[in-house]
Amino acid sequence: MTREQARTLIGERYSGAQVEGDTPLVVTLPVDQWLSFAQFAKTTLGCRFFSFSSAVDWKEQGLEVVARIDNLNDGVSVTMKTRLGPGVSTCPSLVPVYRGADWMERECYDMFGIHFEGHPDLRRILLGDDWEGHPLLKSYAVDTPHPPYR
Amino acid sequence: MEIKPPIPQVPAPIWRNIKDLQEWEQLHQRRPEDDKHSSLFESLTEGIHSFPGGFVVTTVADSFLNWARKSSVWPVTFGLACCAIEMMATFASRFDVERLGMVPWASPRHSDLMVVSGTVTIKMAPMLERIYDQMPDPKWAVSMGSCANSGGPFRHGYHVVKGVDRVIPVDVYVPGCPPPPESLLNGLLLLQDQIAHFKRTGKRAAPNPKVD
Amino acid sequence: MLETAKTSRVEFDYSGGERLMMNMGPQHPSAHGVFRAILTLEGETIAGVDAVIGYLHRCHEKLSETLTYAQYPSIASKTDYVAAMTSEFAYVLAAEQIGKIEVPKRAQYLRVIMAELQRVASHLLWLGTWCMDMGGALGGGATVFLYCIREREMILDLFEMLVGARLLYGFYQVGGTRYDIPEGWERKCRETIDFIDQRIGEYDALLEDNPFFFARAKGVGVISRELAEDVGIAGPLLRGSGIAFDLRRAAPYSSYEDFTFNVPVETAGDCFARYRVRMVEFRESIKIVRQVLDRLPPGPISSRPGLKSVAQIRIPKGEAYARVEGPRGEVGCYLVADGSAKPYRMKWRGASFSNLSVLPHIIPGHKVADVVAIMGSVDPVFGEVDR
Repeated sequence: MTREQARTLIGERYSGAQVEGDTPLVVTLPVDQWLSFAQFAKTTLGCRFFSFSSAVDWKEQGLEVVARIDNLNDGVSVTMKTRLGPGVSTCPSLVPVYRGADWMERECYDMFGIHFEGHPDLRRILLGDDWEGHPLLKSYAVDTPHPPYR
Repeated sequence: MEIKPPIPQVPAPIWRNIKDLQEWEQLHQRRPEDDKHSSLFESLTEGIHSFPGGFVVTTVADSFLNWARKSSVWPVTFGLACCAIEMMATFASRFDVERLGMVPWASPRHSDLMVVSGTVTIKMAPMLERIYDQMPDPKWAVSMGSCANSGGPFRHGYHVVKGVDRVIPVDVYVPGCPPPPESLLNGLLLLQDQIAHFKRTGKRAAPNPKVD
Repeated sequence: MLETAKTSRVEFDYSGGERLMMNMGPQHPSAHGVFRAILTLEGETIAGVDAVIGYLHRCHEKLSETLTYAQYPSIASKTDYVAAMTSEFAYVLAAEQIGKIEVPKRAQYLRVIMAELQRVASHLLWLGTWCMDMGGALGGGATVFLYCIREREMILDLFEMLVGARLLYGFYQVGGTRYDIPEGWERKCRETIDFIDQRIGEYDALLEDNPFFFARAKGVGVISRELAEDVGIAGPLLRGSGIAFDLRRAAPYSSYEDFTFNVPVETAGDCFARYRVRMVEFRESIKIVRQVLDRLPPGPISSRPGLKSVAQIRIPKGEAYARVEGPRGEVGCYLVADGSAKPYRMKWRGASFSNLSVLPHIIPGHKVADVVAIMGSVDPVFGEVDR
């Protein structure tokens, strides 16, 4: 599996996806194809290694979810991206495909408040259960006080 | 007539009323009431001290107890962050803190000293307080590194307590990010010096007044 | 706290089984930091584990949005504080990828030396603490720890000669390195690595002649090949599970392609396999350092002028994911730049975070004492887990 083969395979199967770059292949998808593309990448492209998943807050344009997966044997890396749109904070979870997405998506929920549908155990991971707000959103000030310790 | 439901008056957390940082620190430097020996022991030593010539007895007893205390300060092995690695280096082969009579001990119940080594976060602060409470009196705390002193480079973070002295009383502050083992050893020697100057048998000395 | 109290009820059933919830941490002598594991026990066998992390969450990702490209590398070293050099490396590489900044050959070689020395220092600390955790059976508790710290101090002396700091350096800079090696450093470095090379054989002999060590490490905490890829663990854990993947070989950065070294692979996937992988990595790192010292080219150490203000480095709009092979695996930095002097968004892919997330999959079925051995062999650094 070379990068060119991967690119044509993605182009044949997912016509709605934009493919850019070379290392890694950056694939921008609509939200409803997020989970099915991950399944396709794992079985067809051989990207079995789950590197990380996270999100970016683009203020008015809404949140963007990013995940990166690798094929360790052939050196094909895919960065998956999807825009959730303004005001939307739900996204399909990748846990049914990759077990490594479990903690990564919990962290993403903790920091951005994105609800991953289909996640078996979605709760805060880094901050305490009583924390208010989602710190990595651009609307959250870095020095927001938290009583009683300030 | 309109009847208003009673609104429960919840007292505001104490930190809200405090504007000045100095005032806050002063409040937290005050020792808790039970942070000393039993009242029987207190009154006994007080009586001996006020008896004519009795001060010789209390002074000798003081110096003996202080010598014993300062020669066997056992720190609890409590590592938080980066400074914990330097603390481990201080406990280990080259710097060898055991020559000061300090044995790193893995239980707070048998320890006298807590070296707060690293950033105290809001999630960790209640645990830290509990471990400090589990230590028997008399006990001391050394704040190691910028993060424990004041928050350091992470002071502006939302999840960082801006200095461990907002949680527990601190005796010695060691600056540095992270402090090299030499600095920590200096801090521990200062602590021993402080222990050696306890006043009156059995009483816990107030921390040294801060000199700026 | 309340949530835990609700779930920690003891369930009785009269067939003789009883489940007990036990809390391990966050202050535990063998936890290598602040980690809390809520274990569900049946007798002494673990039926389930809930890992609670976040006790050292220091807002790295949020703070990096307020710090410039010149300021952040020295804060980046506080993520993985046992291997500070490699975490700086990832951030600097990501910034250079976006800005398409060339790095002089000498700076690239210096970066390789420091990263490899740091790997030796980090593995020494891992070996010492792991053997101390596994207890007195390994020759009197702290024996191996004291030996390992002795060697580690020698490497820290080298770093202190170079940077002036012992643990957190700020050595890497966008465009190159901050300092050049001083007079006499090369000779001292050669002496040190020769000494360490000779000592590693002693540890091998000390540990691998010890039947207790085998009993604690062999067959404990097996990570299958499939689980390893699925969870995304990296570094010695991945190689211990039979996957020959090393970023220095698979996607060379900073002139790693110039040097010859072996990538150790074990297929068993247990604690002992991970131990073997790391023991070979010691020697391979030392081999790389020797090669770099032999071929160190003259020239400038940075392609950028010296720093006069903190906002001097500006990176054009773009995004990049740079990854380096740290002592614990793939340390990645996903950086989104918006053309100003500060990043728009930065995400750390901490190797320890992914490595630790394998624990709930492998711990059930083991005894309580094995948790300590497994935790030690995973080698988490909590600055990187919680960031």
